[in-house]
Amino acid sequence: MKKKPLRLLPEAIKQLTQKPATSKYPFEKAKVYPNFRARILFESEKCIGCKMCMRVCPSKAIEIIISDTQPAAQTGPDGNPIPQKKKFDCIMNLDRCIYCAQCVDICPKKALKSSEDFELAQLDRTKLKLHYK
Amino acid sequence: MSKIQIPLGPQHPALKEPENFMLVLDGEQIVDATVNLGYNHRGVEKAAENRNYIQDIYLIERICGICSHSHVSCYINAVEEIAKAEVPQRAKAIRTLVAELERVHSHLLWLGVAAFELGYDTLFMYTWRDREQVLDCLEMISGNRVHYGINTIGGVRRDITKEQAEEILKKIKFLHERTSYYVGVVTEEPTFLARTQNVGKLPKDVALELNAVGPTARASGVDIDVRRDEPYFIYDQLDFKVITHNTEDVFGRAVVRVLETIESYKMIEQILKNLPEGPISVKVPWKIGPGEAVFRYEAPRGEDIHYVKANGTEYPERVKVRAPTLANFQSIPYCLKNGYLADAIITIAAIDPCMSCTDRAVVYDYKTGKKEVFDWEGLRKYSIEFYKKKGVSFK
Amino acid sequence: MDTIMPLLYIAVFPGFVFLGAYATLIQWIDRKVTAVMQNRVGPPIYQPIADFIKLISKEVVIPDNADEILFKSIPYIALASIITTIFMIPVWGTPMVSFEGDIVVIVYLLTIPTVTFFLAGWSSTSPYSTIGSMRVMTQLFGYEVPLFLSFAGCAIIAQSWSVYKISEYFTQNPLMILVNIPGFIVALLASQGKLERVPFDTPHAKNEIVGGQFTEYSGRLLGIFLLAIDIEMVVLAALINAVFLGGLHNISGFFGFAIFIIKTLVVCLILTLFKVLMARVRVDQMVKFSWKYLVPVAVIQILIDLYIRLKF
Repeated sequence: MKKKPLRLLPEAIKQLTQKPATSKYPFEKAKVYPNFRARILFESEKCIGCKMCMRVCPSKAIEIIISDTQPAAQTGPDGNPIPQKKKFDCIMNLDRCIYCAQCVDICPKKALKSSEDFELAQLDRTKLKLHYK
Repeated sequence: MSKIQIPLGPQHPALKEPENFMLVLDGEQIVDATVNLGYNHRGVEKAAENRNYIQDIYLIERICGICSHSHVSCYINAVEEIAKAEVPQRAKAIRTLVAELERVHSHLLWLGVAAFELGYDTLFMYTWRDREQVLDCLEMISGNRVHYGINTIGGVRRDITKEQAEEILKKIKFLHERTSYYVGVVTEEPTFLARTQNVGKLPKDVALELNAVGPTARASGVDIDVRRDEPYFIYDQLDFKVITHNTEDVFGRAVVRVLETIESYKMIEQILKNLPEGPISVKVPWKIGPGEAVFRYEAPRGEDIHYVKANGTEYPERVKVRAPTLANFQSIPYCLKNGYLADAIITIAAIDPCMSCTDRAVVYDYKTGKKEVFDWEGLRKYSIEFYKKKGVSFK
Repeated sequence: MDTIMPLLYIAVFPGFVFLGAYATLIQWIDRKVTAVMQNRVGPPIYQPIADFIKLISKEVVIPDNADEILFKSIPYIALASIITTIFMIPVWGTPMVSFEGDIVVIVYLLTIPTVTFFLAGWSSTSPYSTIGSMRVMTQLFGYEVPLFLSFAGCAIIAQSWSVYKISEYFTQNPLMILVNIPGFIVALLASQGKLERVPFDTPHAKNEIVGGQFTEYSGRLLGIFLLAIDIEMVVLAALINAVFLGGLHNISGFFGFAIFIIKTLVVCLILTLFKVLMARVRVDQMVKFSWKYLVPVAVIQILIDLYIRLKF
């Protein structure tokens, strides 16, 4: 077997003229690709409360509850009450969420959405519990 | 000088995960070695029984951080076999693509780790820098860098666009060039050769006897590869070589891994150039079974086996994981014996151990000093009694 | 005045303060160049000083089984013996102490730190440090002989056992530097072993035996040890410069000092290059390598030097 001492020498010399590969992350924004899976967003108007997301969530991070404030009952022109869509809230526990976005995939009404917001570290644990209304 | 016993781990700078190797040393020479598993047992198999099939995907993905796609693919194939789901060709192709990208990233990671264990920090930095390209590809396809979550029961979750395919091809071309360079470094740098040649010898017959799998076995001249022997996904349509090496040592394992990476590049190009059209997933009902299935999968570290038993509900009755590291661990004491302490680390690193994939729980009674391994029935009985004491009853 | 000046020499220049400052600078350059060659960013210039201050301010933990007096005093002995050597090596003009045979004294003084490393490991009584100290000793038998033989070659050709006279001789006969190139390479490789750097850093190979002989050391004591190793690098570079490269070329004053800085930096950069480009070898391979390659080369060097001495 042929041996070449100092095999990496040309490569190492070449690096002297090149910029470091390290990205200066907090000072330079990190690039994320589209379809990135980060914090889940919730749109209350679309949610029908089927709770499929709660059923598939591997870490039980998401919770759909009925809102405290429901839309006021309306009556139609014939005097009968029109059935109103119930309003739902979403509680996201970001400390539990594993960002798999399975809830986004399973949601039949597309009420959940992935965002690109991944800088979620907090010193205060209570801030990790988001209540989307 | 008398013999001294030296603990390697569970806390040791060279081990990335807690595991214990007790080495009996005579000077610098190792005369005996024992492997003690169990510092990282998480009860994944038991936890999988309390979650439905979709939740289990993400649980099983987290068995391992490096071969996450392997474990999930293995599990999902077993589930699909029970559910008799017909996975579309395009989904299969995307799964194969991610699997090969994962192999590239795993092998480049291994090369970096091996170089680091040998104090060859420069090679370590270069390989890990280039590995970022593969991680970028995976992030582009799946949205995540490590736990891709691309699989779902009945197909895949994300499609690949034309632009993405072109971008991946570009990155793979760059990586191909770089890896060819590393082949040169691995086979020609004298200090690297001095540390890997004739280290951790595992002859072919011993490798077969101890059930070594994956690159560890192939470096000992055992010609096995599930991708060729029992093709899954679209491996039967791909043209690739199974790399074997006959030096039976750490050097062979390094060469096998680097050359396998190059084979993977060729496969990725083949997949991307003839990506079949069509849907990417089919619907599979929540409740699966009853039935049982075993699936074999060639993970980057070797053959991975999952066993799934379904009972007609939406929860599996039993999921059993045989990670490649568990198979390769049997060969470590053999490789370590009569070697040097300095080579112990690279010998252990050469099988690319993944402790958290492997760990098994052993009950140790500290009063009597007796060790006991539970079988399935025993563990079930123990767990029922354990919960009964806490006031939970099983009917 | 007669008593103050030597004290200043010892404490400030070329003694403790200058050596400490220059050693931290060399350590930074070493780390920075390594980082750039590995395509990384590398530490800022104050990093070695920050590391040193951090270690100095930390708690010192002494193992129960260790001999406390020995354990505490060893780092200072290592530092003191290394600093002593600089007074015989030309840094600014002529060296402070110069006599026939001082190169032997230097080599002896440079062996003391190695012995203290051994004692450090041995007195800490933990398995890792015991193995580390065994490796220190084994390695000592590897590099010490070629290092001294390569110095002896220069001493023979210069017909003097004084470092200053050797450098004077090479200044007058610069072509003789070329004759000694094989010996120069041997000395560089051997000093890499003496400094316990990659590829010969087995005594404290972190992946194998954690911190090696320094496993149980912490805080101030570890800081002193690491400073001693950094200073050892400067001293060795200065010694190699004086013995092989003609030292300061008999230029006294500032320009001589500038030549000293440039030449030692070049020697240190070569040492850094070795560190970057090689993997760590095993301790038995290291000893085998020194006796198989370094010693024969050094012996041949001596024979060439003898031949030239007798012929011309």
